[in-house]
Amino acid sequence: MTKQYETVIGLEVHVELATETKIFCGCSTEFGGEPNTHTCPVCTGMPGTLPVLNRQVVEYAMAVGLASNCGINQYCKFDRKNYFYPDNPQNYQISQLYVPICHDGFIEILTLGGNKKIRIHEIHMEEDAGKLIHDEWEDCSLVDYNRSGVPLIEIVSEADMRDADEVVAYLEKLRLILQYLGVSDCKLQEGSMRADVNLSVRECGSRQMGTRTEMKNLNSFKAIRHAIEGERRRQIELIESGELVIQETRRWDDNKEYSYAMRSKEDARDYRYFPDPDLPPIRISDEWMERVKRSLPELQPEKQKRYETEYGLPTYDAQILTGSRQLADLFEATTAICKKPKKVSNWLMGETLRLLKVYEYEPDDLSFSPENLAKLVRLSDEGAVSNTVAKEVFEKIFLENVDPECYVEEHGLKTVKDTQLLTAVVHKVIKENPNPVEEYKAGKEKILGFLVGQVMKEMKGKANPSEAKELIKKTI
Amino acid sequence: MAEKITDEMINYVSILAKLDLDGDERNKAKEEMQKMLNYVDKLKELDTDGIEPMSHILPVDNVFREDVVTNDDDRDNMLANAPKKKDGQYLVPKTVE
Amino acid sequence: MDLGKITAVQLSKMIQSGEITAVEAAQVSLKEIQQKEKDLNAFITVDEEKVLNTAREVQKGIENGELTGSLAGVPVAVKDNICTKGIKTTCASKMLSDFTPPYDAWVVDRLKKAGAVIIGKTNMDEFAMGSTTETSAYGMTRNPINPEYVPGGSSGGSCAAVKAGEVSIALGSDTGGSIRQPSAFCGVTGLKPTYGTVSRYGLIAYASSLDQIGPIAKDVGDCAALLSVIASHDLRDSTSVNLKDYDFTSALCQDIHGLRIGIPIDYFKEGLDFEVRESILEATKVLKENGAIVESFELGMTEYAIPAYYMIASAEASSNLERFDGVKYGYRALEYEGLHDMYKKSRTQGFGSEVKHRIMLGSFILSSGYYDAYYIKALKAKNMIKQSFDYAFQKYDVLLTPVSPGTPPKLGTSLRDPLKMYLDDIYTVSVNLAGLPAISLPCGLNQEGLPIGMQLIGNCFSEKTLLGAAYSFEKGVSCR
Repeated sequence: MTKQYETVIGLEVHVELATETKIFCGCSTEFGGEPNTHTCPVCTGMPGTLPVLNRQVVEYAMAVGLASNCGINQYCKFDRKNYFYPDNPQNYQISQLYVPICHDGFIEILTLGGNKKIRIHEIHMEEDAGKLIHDEWEDCSLVDYNRSGVPLIEIVSEADMRDADEVVAYLEKLRLILQYLGVSDCKLQEGSMRADVNLSVRECGSRQMGTRTEMKNLNSFKAIRHAIEGERRRQIELIESGELVIQETRRWDDNKEYSYAMRSKEDARDYRYFPDPDLPPIRISDEWMERVKRSLPELQPEKQKRYETEYGLPTYDAQILTGSRQLADLFEATTAICKKPKKVSNWLMGETLRLLKVYEYEPDDLSFSPENLAKLVRLSDEGAVSNTVAKEVFEKIFLENVDPECYVEEHGLKTVKDTQLLTAVVHKVIKENPNPVEEYKAGKEKILGFLVGQVMKEMKGKANPSEAKELIKKTI
Repeated sequence: MAEKITDEMINYVSILAKLDLDGDERNKAKEEMQKMLNYVDKLKELDTDGIEPMSHILPVDNVFREDVVTNDDDRDNMLANAPKKKDGQYLVPKTVE
Repeated sequence: MDLGKITAVQLSKMIQSGEITAVEAAQVSLKEIQQKEKDLNAFITVDEEKVLNTAREVQKGIENGELTGSLAGVPVAVKDNICTKGIKTTCASKMLSDFTPPYDAWVVDRLKKAGAVIIGKTNMDEFAMGSTTETSAYGMTRNPINPEYVPGGSSGGSCAAVKAGEVSIALGSDTGGSIRQPSAFCGVTGLKPTYGTVSRYGLIAYASSLDQIGPIAKDVGDCAALLSVIASHDLRDSTSVNLKDYDFTSALCQDIHGLRIGIPIDYFKEGLDFEVRESILEATKVLKENGAIVESFELGMTEYAIPAYYMIASAEASSNLERFDGVKYGYRALEYEGLHDMYKKSRTQGFGSEVKHRIMLGSFILSSGYYDAYYIKALKAKNMIKQSFDYAFQKYDVLLTPVSPGTPPKLGTSLRDPLKMYLDDIYTVSVNLAGLPAISLPCGLNQEGLPIGMQLIGNCFSEKTLLGAAYSFEKGVSCR
């Protein structure tokens, strides 16, 4: 009888904050510049330079803490984490170890077993490192300090998660909160949100913690799932064959679906943390904290409730719409124009989500304007275009943000109200499809749909299907 | 009694500090470090119960800057002192991930 | 004209009145340097062409009335750990022998705006770690009064340059006495301001919580003038303080009636050279004659200052010097195998022994298992030392102490016994730990004619009181 093992998982999530400038200098944080064009003596660690803290970083960190039920340390400070690596220009990273800005919070996730609280141990501010690119030609590495000094918050959870589903649920919830706060765009693929997974296993029922490993380089939820499953298996195999799990950092390779230890004898892992003498401590007054609290935008749970009460949407709809800040914003803006919440909701929940899947976009990528959607809603509502046409036009809006009114005009897609033409087409279709007609007469109601379809085809979608349906029934 | 500085400790500290002393230099360093530690051992006799460690001497806090871009592209100047560079980046021996 | 004989303030008046031009003053300075440097070696870098070009520009500014300040046209030397744009800044180390900063330190910017003419970068102990200027990778500096003796350190070059008349005034830096001790050894006046008074932006850091840049000059008046130029609030230095009043020259007044001066008896125990002691006690007479009330008292905590200082300074230095790795600037070894070998070879070859020793000690102190016992303990001692001064300043306005337990040692004798050298910092390090201002001024000579300095220590941000007391003493002495 093989033993049952429980997986114990904690996460360290690094989030790049969407400030204009870096944490300790006035360089731009804009993504994608030419290497080293967003640098200065401070963020390249030149001798004699000194850091000055960006106030916005403190406010964003506080906001995240408040939104995740953390206590705020009203006195906190920065410490230096000393280690040598080329992406770290001073060979120390300014971080917070001894007194981080937030402590002891939680995020609720929905699991199969119901709601579960995942506790947050602490949240702290720190600076990001530069980027290293490997140059195959010259077998060397190249360093770009554009990213060095970009502000990060690190959210450290307790080891409360038990499987990949919980991990993904936690990350999705975290991302939702961060997007709602507007503090980060949280794109795993772009690296503005990075998750390191700490995993250990233990026999079910055991209270003792196993030795944990840390896994890095997890660039998608898929990779995270694979890594968790892979590492769990690896550790169990080690334990079952009598070996010990070594505490180490492992790098996950999702292409090969395996991890390898990032061990180096040159890395003593003793960071010699001490308070940074160049940065005075931070004192957060009650007033400041109140101000930040009051300025927090409406978060997802409140928004969902409001959608149910204010717009009369069913819980299901409200949940889906508030599942992404972009979607929610689009909903509210469009509804504000056309005043038809249910119809807007249908478009967003139906066609929008469908097309997102088809084109493999993220809700973040939605770029069409609420004005255009509102126009389409109106056109459809008035019967000016049929459902089929509306969907076609919507896809254009989705991809190119076309103005539906112009598009419909240009392409002559308006529903034709010409009863005479419709009658003629109905007769034509009936004539050309004797068998289906017979089947209908024999009682096969459903075949009507096919006939309506044929009429629509003939009319190039510019007919009102229910009108067509009635006409067919009458004619037959 | 002060810590006894062993060769192991010197090795360890050398890794931390990225220094590679050998022979005489290493012995001298070990000797000096031992002397210093013996001397600073004096602090052990000081009763510091209830005393806060003072990392900042002035009662200053909350020094901030506003989130406004003030720096331009100054890459050429930043790279001017680089021992080795390529394509606008600093060149170093291959880093192992 | 002998730069060694007139003060910077006097020179500046002469330049403003047209008696002499900024270019002529610069030429005098350069000539002195040409004549004296091969023996003195106070400078690491002097770019004659740049100097004369600057002097010409400054002269134009003076002539059209733009530059009217008290240092316009005055030749000034800058210690080589202060960044000067376009001029090599080496910290007297092989590690930075080719480093040319693309920016000016804040104080350099202030000097330029005031129209001072930067003549060159002065020699120092490597990375400011030392008390004799003998650890420089560019050779030692000799004491201008007697070339067989050290000028002191780490700002030895700046002090020697001022005493020798190569420049009128100079900037130094002080972490544990590096302005005050060489000032005493060279017979000039040097001031370490209250921590936070002068911006550290552009000062290549040794110990961030202790470093301050300060003026070195022939007399108190020049010190006050230079301090007024360099002291200001700087937004790029988070530890820089915004004061209401930066006019230190207004403190130059001779009347010190009622000034309460405390003399810590702890500093006058065994180990203090007899001649130094006598000189200080003579100095008290002058101050009393000018109306001060002088009293001795027990300061306390004195035997813990040096251990606390060396632990804190080494720890911070070990971190501050990590950036020197051959990646972005500075020395990179010619041969190495792989990244970590490059780091090790570059740093081992680029740094001198004293620097390496302190880095190793500092790394050890901060390392896991020792952090609490050493570093945190030292920070607690620092707190108690500060408290002992706070207590003293409840009773006294100014404290009077020696600068060094002895007079300048001979060249080549100190580095053999580093611990003894460290112990000689006994009177200066507490001041840095407590963040206080202090001034060193000449108060006598020993039998061999070598200078003896005395130190006046003030409470935080009481530079004016300090300068007033120093000025009064200086004038009192000159009247005798």
